[in-house]
Amino acid sequence: MLENIKEFASEFFVTGDPLIYGADVSIVLATLGIVFVLTYFKKWGWLWRNWITTVDHKKIGIMYILAAIVMLFRGGVDAVMMRTQLAFPDLNFLEPEHYNQIFTTHGVVMIFFMAMPLMFGLFNIVVPLQIGARDVAFPYLNSLSFWLFFAGAMLFNLSFVIGGSPDAGWLAYPPLSGSQFNPGVGQNFYIWGIQISGIGSLASGINFIVTILKMRAPGMTMMKMPMFTWSVFAASTTIIFAFPILTITLLLLFMDRFFGAHFFTLDGGGNPMMYINLIWMWGHPEVYIVVLPAFGVFSETVATFARKRLFGYASMVFAMVIISIISFFTWAHHFFTMGSGANVNAFFAVTTMIIAIPTGVKIFNWLFTMYKGRITFPTPMMWTIAFIPAFVVGGMTGVMLSVAPADFQFHNSYFLIAHFHQVLIGGVVFGYFAGLYYWWPKMFGFKLNEYLGKWAFWLWNIGFYVCFMPQYLVGLDGMTRRISVFSDPNWVGLNVVSTIGAYIMGLAFLFQVAQIGYSIFRHEKDTTGDIWDARTLEWSMPSPAPEYNFAVIPQVHGRDEWWEEKERRRRGEKPWQLGPIEPIHMPKNSAIPAIMAICWFVLGFGLVFHWLWMAIPGLIGVFICLYARSFSAHKAEYYIPVEEIERTEATLRGGAV
Amino acid sequence: MSKKRRSLVRAAFSAVTLVLTMLLLSGCGNYMVLDPKGPIADKQLDLIIITTLLCSIIIVPVLIITFVIVWRYRASNKKADYKPEWAHNNLLETIWWGIPIVIIAILAIITIRYTHELEPSKALASDQDEVVVQAVSLNWKWLFLYPEEGIATVNTVTIPEGKQVRFELTADSPMNSFWVPELGGQIYAMSGMSMALYLQADEPGKYFGTGANFTGEHFANMTFDVNAVSQDDYDKWVSEAKSSPEQLTAEGYEKLSEPSEKEEPKLFASFPEGMYDQIVTKYMHEGAELHQHGSAQAGESDNGKQTAEANSEEPSSTHSGH
Repeated sequence: MLENIKEFASEFFVTGDPLIYGADVSIVLATLGIVFVLTYFKKWGWLWRNWITTVDHKKIGIMYILAAIVMLFRGGVDAVMMRTQLAFPDLNFLEPEHYNQIFTTHGVVMIFFMAMPLMFGLFNIVVPLQIGARDVAFPYLNSLSFWLFFAGAMLFNLSFVIGGSPDAGWLAYPPLSGSQFNPGVGQNFYIWGIQISGIGSLASGINFIVTILKMRAPGMTMMKMPMFTWSVFAASTTIIFAFPILTITLLLLFMDRFFGAHFFTLDGGGNPMMYINLIWMWGHPEVYIVVLPAFGVFSETVATFARKRLFGYASMVFAMVIISIISFFTWAHHFFTMGSGANVNAFFAVTTMIIAIPTGVKIFNWLFTMYKGRITFPTPMMWTIAFIPAFVVGGMTGVMLSVAPADFQFHNSYFLIAHFHQVLIGGVVFGYFAGLYYWWPKMFGFKLNEYLGKWAFWLWNIGFYVCFMPQYLVGLDGMTRRISVFSDPNWVGLNVVSTIGAYIMGLAFLFQVAQIGYSIFRHEKDTTGDIWDARTLEWSMPSPAPEYNFAVIPQVHGRDEWWEEKERRRRGEKPWQLGPIEPIHMPKNSAIPAIMAICWFVLGFGLVFHWLWMAIPGLIGVFICLYARSFSAHKAEYYIPVEEIERTEATLRGGAV
Repeated sequence: MSKKRRSLVRAAFSAVTLVLTMLLLSGCGNYMVLDPKGPIADKQLDLIIITTLLCSIIIVPVLIITFVIVWRYRASNKKADYKPEWAHNNLLETIWWGIPIVIIAILAIITIRYTHELEPSKALASDQDEVVVQAVSLNWKWLFLYPEEGIATVNTVTIPEGKQVRFELTADSPMNSFWVPELGGQIYAMSGMSMALYLQADEPGKYFGTGANFTGEHFANMTFDVNAVSQDDYDKWVSEAKSSPEQLTAEGYEKLSEPSEKEEPKLFASFPEGMYDQIVTKYMHEGAELHQHGSAQAGESDNGKQTAEANSEEPSSTHSGH
């Protein structure tokens, strides 16, 4: 009996590596610590009422962002470990098996569990406030999206200590990810971690499309929407067309692994090339899904901090829509080397290049927004400006990669690694940081410390170039990606420099953590709700916004409505004619999303280990939740009475509405 | 600007300068892709240079304009114009839609031409004779078969210089990619199909070759040497190989294709005829259909192994299907 338990445990838990034992200990300690703090300060009720069951878009946004920062830490530790292993030739810091797991989880965590939630966090915080809405269109679904993401992320991360991590790369190409070459449970964690959170992403995409189409304030036509909202609209539209492809592709891979089907196997008529096509049909739009909102952030910050209207609004909208459409026609540039023939390669090379045109136009428009402006340089603006050279150079290497016959020399080398890190860090991460710093006061009512923020900014930027510029060169010198060890003496210098850069970025992240920690205790309060003297509606209300957002929904006349309102007031003209306060219709909190996510988690975990006794109850739980919601939805609403709104407004605005 | 901030900026600038210098210094070495030794890599380098120059037409001005605008229109510079309402200009916007369109159009035409010219399965010169080398990606080593000479090697290739070589690529492992940077770009090596890649070495030398697509645990060991030698030396090498004591048999191949970590270069005096086609068509056996049902029931973890074993028992005479 005891022997059986021992044997089970040694397979169930990942054993044998001191790093993992360290992680085990710290996970247990952190969990105990959290439980202790919550109990000691009697915060369980607060956690349950204010966070776990909340359907408030602002709180959901904060939870997304918190989770994303934790995941950024995890993915960053992976990155630093990889760079440590590759600093010098023939190092033995990580075994090949472990290295392969780490580069796989680094990619998956950074894209699915860092970039996506950070993006959804910003969507949630900003969009309803920016368009003059009281919440998203489907607040309950929004909460469900978050908890599905969270369940997926937890399931995926569990593979580090239970069962073993996936090790077939972040897109898990078969046959390597099939059961023939990968019989362990790691790939199952990959499939279900992504699958569960992917359902949440798809639901969020739908949610924001409906929110933007149906819930804009009166007078805000599509062409008067703030540019960030436009970017959310473009990204969400891309999501609803791209994510179903991912869901189906992973489902087919699951059927191969679970039922012994032959969609992507070598034998039985399977075709791994089909998987590679399908996954990139989702994968390429995915990178535009994450970068478009970053473009939206830059459009907001650049106008605010240049104190000037955004240049070329119509061009910007058109460029974004074009990008999201063409992003669906470029997927094969990820495998020009598959030998599809000259005509196919030429087609995808040209579509890829075409994307550079609208992207370039956006850069020019941002530049000319600053032209004849009055530019100030707080941290959100610094990230915005740093983005331009980073993205321009990254874009240029992207065009170089798009030239199919030249790509034969770049493909799968460190040149490619340097390129996509340059656009993903220089574009997406810089963009989301800019957004985070910009909207932080709106989220929490205080500004992040600028001094520590500037340290973090410079360290990030220096580390970024020090890390990735050498990788272009070492790629041109024939170093391929995903090798766990190298022995070529010519590559040593460049790899050492690159590793130093990675450590500098790690240090920069610590500065950001310190910045947040310090600012919680000592900060500049946002008393006006408009700390940057900004232009769009979210700045017209107190920070943080009351739960109902707008006591009275404003009538919109122009693109920068809040700026124009301030101008009117400055000129002494009549301010907004806001109607009388009326009772506000609000959604009630619901525990079902979190419970349903737990059921999904149980279902996923059961399927990972092929334990149907666990998976089936999980699935039944999901259906019970759906059923329970269907018959309680009509009770899920309430009204905030006028007196309460008036009281809240009076406290928040110090009496003046 | 406060004193503190200024020193911060200065520190940042000097750090960036330091790194650039380091890069330039390390840039003195020859990078394989930028130092081609064959006509394919040569043309690919041309293409890389053309692309870089074309892109620079936009990139360099943009970087300069960025710096100038950010510097000139900083809020502390009260002399600069301030036009907060100026947000649209047809002429300007036409220019920056127009210039990228023109440049991308030029680049697109060049790319289409080169894509056809450098189609990897196209012979470099159709009137010239060629050497055929069949490369098989195994876990984790490369097997090379010379069908005309009847010899085989592991993790090393010898080719005559100045003569086109037709590499035929396949895999008996997860998908890999065959890359010899100094001779030309890579092409995937995939199970169940054969890809052609023409390369040529213009001068004798020992070139670095590598697998470029991740194939699992010891993928880092999938490097090989490409020795380009004169025709005389090549002929000598072939006859030496033929007198090598080792022969690659069908059983020997089964053993070789088992996963192994670090394989030293090997020479085989012979290999069974039609071996490459057998590897390519391995999964097309009619028998495979039957075995697949059996293995699906047996549970998925040894699915692959069973199929592989079952296949190896098949009489290896089928050459059809490709």
